[in-house]
Amino acid sequence: MNVTVAIDAGETPPSASEAGPAPKRIVVAYGFWIFLLSDIVMFSALFAAYTVLRHATAGGPTGAELFNQGRVAIETACLLASSYTCGLMTLAVNSRRRLGTYVGALLTFALGAAFLTLEIREFADMIAQGASPQRSAFLSAFFTLVGCHGLHVAAGLIWLVVMMAQVATKGFRAPVLRRLQCFSLFWHALDIIWVGLFTVVYLMGVAS
Amino acid sequence: MNLLGKLSWSSIPFDQPIIMGTGAFVVLAIVAILSWVTLKGYVPYLWREWITSVDHKRVGVMYFLLALVMLLRGFADAIMMRAQQTVAAGGAQGYLPPEHFDQIFSAHGTIMIFFVAMPLVIGLMNFVLPLQLGVRDVAFPTLNSVSFWLTASGVLLINVSLVIGEFAKTGWIAYPPLSELQFSPGVGVDYYLWSLQISGVGTLLTGINFVTTILKLRAPGMGYMRMPVFCWTSLAANLLIVAAFPVLTATLAMLLLDRYLGFHFFTVDGQGNAMMYVNLFWVWGHPEVYILILPAFGVFSEVVATFSGKPLFGYRSMVAATMAICVLSFLVWLHHFFTMGASADVNGFFGVMTMIIAVPTGVKVFNWLFTMYGGRVRFTVPVLWSLGFMVTFVIGGMTGVLMAVPPADFQLHNSLFLVAHFHNVIIGGVVFGAMAGYNYWFPKVFGFKLDERWGRASFWCWLIGFYVAFMPLYVLGLMGMTRRMQHYDNPAWQPWLIAAAIGALIILGGIVCQIVQLVVSIRDRELLRVSGDPWNGRTLEWSTASPPPAWNFAVLPHVAERDTYWVRKQRASAQQDEPVTQQQYEPVEMPRNSAVGVVNAFFAVVAGFALIWHIWWMAGLGLFGTFLTILIFAFRDEDEIEVPAAQVAQFDRVHEAEVAI
Amino acid sequence: MTTERYDRAPGDRSLLADEEEATSSGLLIYSIGMVLAVVLTAASFWVANTPLLWAPGIPLGLAVLAIAQMGVHVVFFLHITTGPDNTNNVLALAFGVLIVLLVIAGSLVIMANLNGSMMPPAELMDMQMKY
Repeated sequence: MNVTVAIDAGETPPSASEAGPAPKRIVVAYGFWIFLLSDIVMFSALFAAYTVLRHATAGGPTGAELFNQGRVAIETACLLASSYTCGLMTLAVNSRRRLGTYVGALLTFALGAAFLTLEIREFADMIAQGASPQRSAFLSAFFTLVGCHGLHVAAGLIWLVVMMAQVATKGFRAPVLRRLQCFSLFWHALDIIWVGLFTVVYLMGVAS
Repeated sequence: MNLLGKLSWSSIPFDQPIIMGTGAFVVLAIVAILSWVTLKGYVPYLWREWITSVDHKRVGVMYFLLALVMLLRGFADAIMMRAQQTVAAGGAQGYLPPEHFDQIFSAHGTIMIFFVAMPLVIGLMNFVLPLQLGVRDVAFPTLNSVSFWLTASGVLLINVSLVIGEFAKTGWIAYPPLSELQFSPGVGVDYYLWSLQISGVGTLLTGINFVTTILKLRAPGMGYMRMPVFCWTSLAANLLIVAAFPVLTATLAMLLLDRYLGFHFFTVDGQGNAMMYVNLFWVWGHPEVYILILPAFGVFSEVVATFSGKPLFGYRSMVAATMAICVLSFLVWLHHFFTMGASADVNGFFGVMTMIIAVPTGVKVFNWLFTMYGGRVRFTVPVLWSLGFMVTFVIGGMTGVLMAVPPADFQLHNSLFLVAHFHNVIIGGVVFGAMAGYNYWFPKVFGFKLDERWGRASFWCWLIGFYVAFMPLYVLGLMGMTRRMQHYDNPAWQPWLIAAAIGALIILGGIVCQIVQLVVSIRDRELLRVSGDPWNGRTLEWSTASPPPAWNFAVLPHVAERDTYWVRKQRASAQQDEPVTQQQYEPVEMPRNSAVGVVNAFFAVVAGFALIWHIWWMAGLGLFGTFLTILIFAFRDEDEIEVPAAQVAQFDRVHEAEVAI
Repeated sequence: MTTERYDRAPGDRSLLADEEEATSSGLLIYSIGMVLAVVLTAASFWVANTPLLWAPGIPLGLAVLAIAQMGVHVVFFLHITTGPDNTNNVLALAFGVLIVLLVIAGSLVIMANLNGSMMPPAELMDMQMKY
């Protein structure tokens, strides 16, 4: 027997959970949100390892000896500003303004690249001083935690370039808009993780 | 510079006859199957309908098939271990040297958990969830295909480790310092690590996919409290996947960094902390077992309700118990290392939490019993598996609660008592659940039932075989035998081990019966043909044809209550053949097939193999290949194909005509 | 079918269709968020370096400021609110936060406990020297 019934056109569903399948925009963004939460859980495992190992310096240099707060402050400013410019880019995308989108993306890319450059310089300087990740468990954990974040930033920058290529070739089509939405979620989440990072690793590392 | 890294002809163990024999057999079998497929002209069909398919039904079947094939390898490992332990008593060394035996028990555990149990439950969830939710597919169909092929990549790598190189000798949990480069300099641990990292990505993506599907894609009217219980348990399991697998990824990554770049997370020197690996591993490891068992609980809920002819007893308490288990599973992980030296307070806390988590499971068991009570129970094969589960899992759970008492665990940790406990719950729970689901949903997947007689035979062999194989292990654990022993001195243990080996052979009989069941059912499929609703089911998947069309439902059903299909049937028969309202058919948009899954997985295998053998240029190529594959896919213009309304209507007409007969 | 009034994607700003939004209100939200974040960041750096605060309280102060700044990001940049159309997003976030807390706090407590049961390094050296 046929038991499927078409929905009555005028019916209002009584509650949100009964409204039927959500539109694709919401499904994609929510799925990406769940992915971001899983990524944050991964970072939390690395955080846990770092906090457990933060004193395991094996006679080598400690955080207080190595970390340069001025540099961290500039890195933080760059990343925070890039979150802001990403927000501006989102506003431009919402209004379908191509030029605004490209400008926002360019600024975001530049600030993100600046962040990465500073971080790579920091790593290189530390390694040159002998404070390499192979020196101690503390340094292994530091390089992994901060480096993992940096890898995510690098992946984000590549993604941003690809997204601009998509805007250029396909315009503001629905799939492109969905992906831009996901990118901005990703970029803001990276800054949230950085807040935790600079607080726990650099500021607490120096203060203690 | 050596272009092939550590790889050379000496990597192939030509001097080990068992491995060479097995390898030759497998290679010949693969060549034979591939030749047959090619010569029969099936390749275009397989490519179009299965390999590049993004249909959840196809992906689900592939997962399940993968699991069943790997069950054969994992079980072969088990038989080998039983055989070794049967003979290696007193001064005897048996036929497996320690280096080989160690790889076997490590491979057995790794394969059974990651490449049998996980694909079994993921395969079932894949096929059933969208149908039960009344929608056309999961939230991200292409990602689903990517997930499957990444899991298959892990399978390929772990199978290659048999003939090229070696596998880990550390046990399936790979604790440092043993798994560190200093004590495991070979490629074995690397095979383990890369195989799990690659398939782990696939599993995580599945978790994201299913959580989104259950929360955002349900038929109109299907509020949360109208979902089938299988959907609730799947939601809980997939939330656990999303929450737990990232921890495994991070932990294995840290071990990889230690091994490849000389980091000091878990090493003996550099002030590394090996205990931290154990801690983080089990933060993942405990939720993992709930990821495995929760979907099985869901299967039993569906099977028991359907074959009792009654709604599931205590729906709300089932939902509450399921979500309670979901949260509690993150509060018990230390019970896996009571003996590692935490203080009594910490051990006590986790001991109490472990006992508490048994309570919601008890609620579920009572609900299943109350569902059957007062019902007209049909003792079909799925019901047999369910009854077997109820007795077996309860026993296994009780031994778990026994070991939750830290002082008791100090005696029993890493003994055969522990081994018996976890096999008790995993076989009695997950495997029996998968078998129940397999027999229950097979007619929906393929349009014909499985042979009942051989189904019963397989069940009884598994049930009796399980008890004969594992009850002696409880005794041995209490007698003091530890796990993973290649040989032993105490002759008093041998009779029990012989009994256990006999049990394993009875289980082998069960597996043979299942193979025969499948062959016979395929041979007799015309006689076993069924309609969409062979069991007089309660949930929406039974309202579709068997097998369902690609689009599942011509029109998404409008749901107004729990067990919605059952209610519709009652209403329809009460209303005495009311003329069916003329259906308005619309064209259906379906996601387009894509090769991104299989191509991406190919590059993942290349990268994984290269990283294992330190072939850096090849690793770079493999990684670049995966990136390029995804990039090319991202620029695809056409996402969907449209199925014309006429085709949908035609299918419905044919299906209705079949049902009317 | 669904309309967006029942459900909001994470990162979506409001219930209005995208084209209807006035850009200025969007700009205002991002700008306020930026200013707040800058203030909180500066405060964190100050707290870490000032001699004016009681030393043992500094980590707590930093933690509070970090959590506040994360909140600012979530509300002003990600537009996650407590409205009924955002329930799924908030629940998911809450679940994620719970897991993060369990993993980090749980690991810290357990590892500290385990490390406390380890032999002191001096004794360990003695034992190693003996062999």
